[in-house]
Amino acid sequence: MAAKTDKKPITMDTFLSGIWKENPVFVMLLGMCPVLAVTNSVANALAMGLATTFVLLCSNALISVLRHHIPKEVRIASYIVIIATFVTVVDYLIHAISLEIYNALGAFIQLIVANCMILGRAEAFASRNRLSGTLINGLGMGLGFTLALLCLGSVRELLGSGTLLGIPVFGEAFEPWVIMLLPPGGFFVLGVWLLLFAWIKERQIKRAAAGTGEAAAHAR
Amino acid sequence: MHADSIAFIFLNAAIINNFVLALFLGICPLLGVSGKLTTAFSMGMATAFVMLISSVSAWLINEVLTHFDLEFLRLIAYIAVIASAVQLVEMIIKKYSPPLYQALGIFLPLITTNCAILGVALFQTNYEYNFVQSVFYSLGAGAGFILAIVLMAGLREKLELADVPSIARGAAMSLMLAGILSLAFMGFAGLGG
Repeated sequence: MAAKTDKKPITMDTFLSGIWKENPVFVMLLGMCPVLAVTNSVANALAMGLATTFVLLCSNALISVLRHHIPKEVRIASYIVIIATFVTVVDYLIHAISLEIYNALGAFIQLIVANCMILGRAEAFASRNRLSGTLINGLGMGLGFTLALLCLGSVRELLGSGTLLGIPVFGEAFEPWVIMLLPPGGFFVLGVWLLLFAWIKERQIKRAAAGTGEAAAHAR
Repeated sequence: MHADSIAFIFLNAAIINNFVLALFLGICPLLGVSGKLTTAFSMGMATAFVMLISSVSAWLINEVLTHFDLEFLRLIAYIAVIASAVQLVEMIIKKYSPPLYQALGIFLPLITTNCAILGVALFQTNYEYNFVQSVFYSLGAGAGFILAIVLMAGLREKLELADVPSIARGAAMSLMLAGILSLAFMGFAGLGG
């Protein structure tokens, strides 16, 4: 399996697919737990996104290097252990850099282990591709994940506390929508983003259909 | 109720701080396997069972690791135990109920990456629960997970008969539903506190 797809060329798509076409959050709906839980402010979202990207890159790089040595039967367990190792590293790293962020993210740093996006990438990409391709794809996916977290974080922080990165935006008169910072707000905001993307996609499909319809009419 | 009492720990994990709707743990199966009521219930049971096994094992492991000052290995040890427990459940279901095995599909091995299970193990360590408290905490979390996923599946089964705009079908609608459920569960905040 691994040998067959090894020669796949690295294109711009290897990188970009993670950001738009196969965005882990908005398109594939993977790794939803941190997406909803830590996005009550932009700073938390950014920290979580970067931490996840780091774990994704390191673990997938190692898995890609070791891909011919990991027996197929125990591959999932091996991937999980590799991921858990890097998550432990990140956990201690964040603890050392900023205690404030560490407390804000809480157990969700350790729960990066259970982020299905990372395991999914390991299984679907890293175990079948060379190191270079894996790194580029992983970077794209990580950035896509971070971008999605920022999309949610900015909306929730703007509406929930009237600030952006801690700077007040709306002035004194604004009454914060506290609900946006609470769990239901996370679900609603993500739901609205998904609605928006579904609407854009449907409009594109309709336009394409209308385009071909007109072309067919002209041909007649 | 006292905060350390077993009844409070159970209720807290099941309802007040419901693992799915208040703490955002285990969202993937909530969105993925909540299409049919029966499947959702089985998934909930399987997850609750794994939760119980891993909670008990995690408690034992934590005792050993603390004894030898090896706390940094905690995460790795926990996830390894959970992966084995999931493997066990998978084998049991495959042997005794092949149709259920088919219905759960990819989501069965994915229980490993269900953050709710790792969450139980990590939280009980953080709260420094003793053995009995840990067991009840995991039972409560399991009950809460079943409750959330069954409620969700019930709603989605009803929704199939409703006329939903095409762009809202699927994930977006499920998230809105989860939001409303979560709003309802917020009403329990402060209960017993």
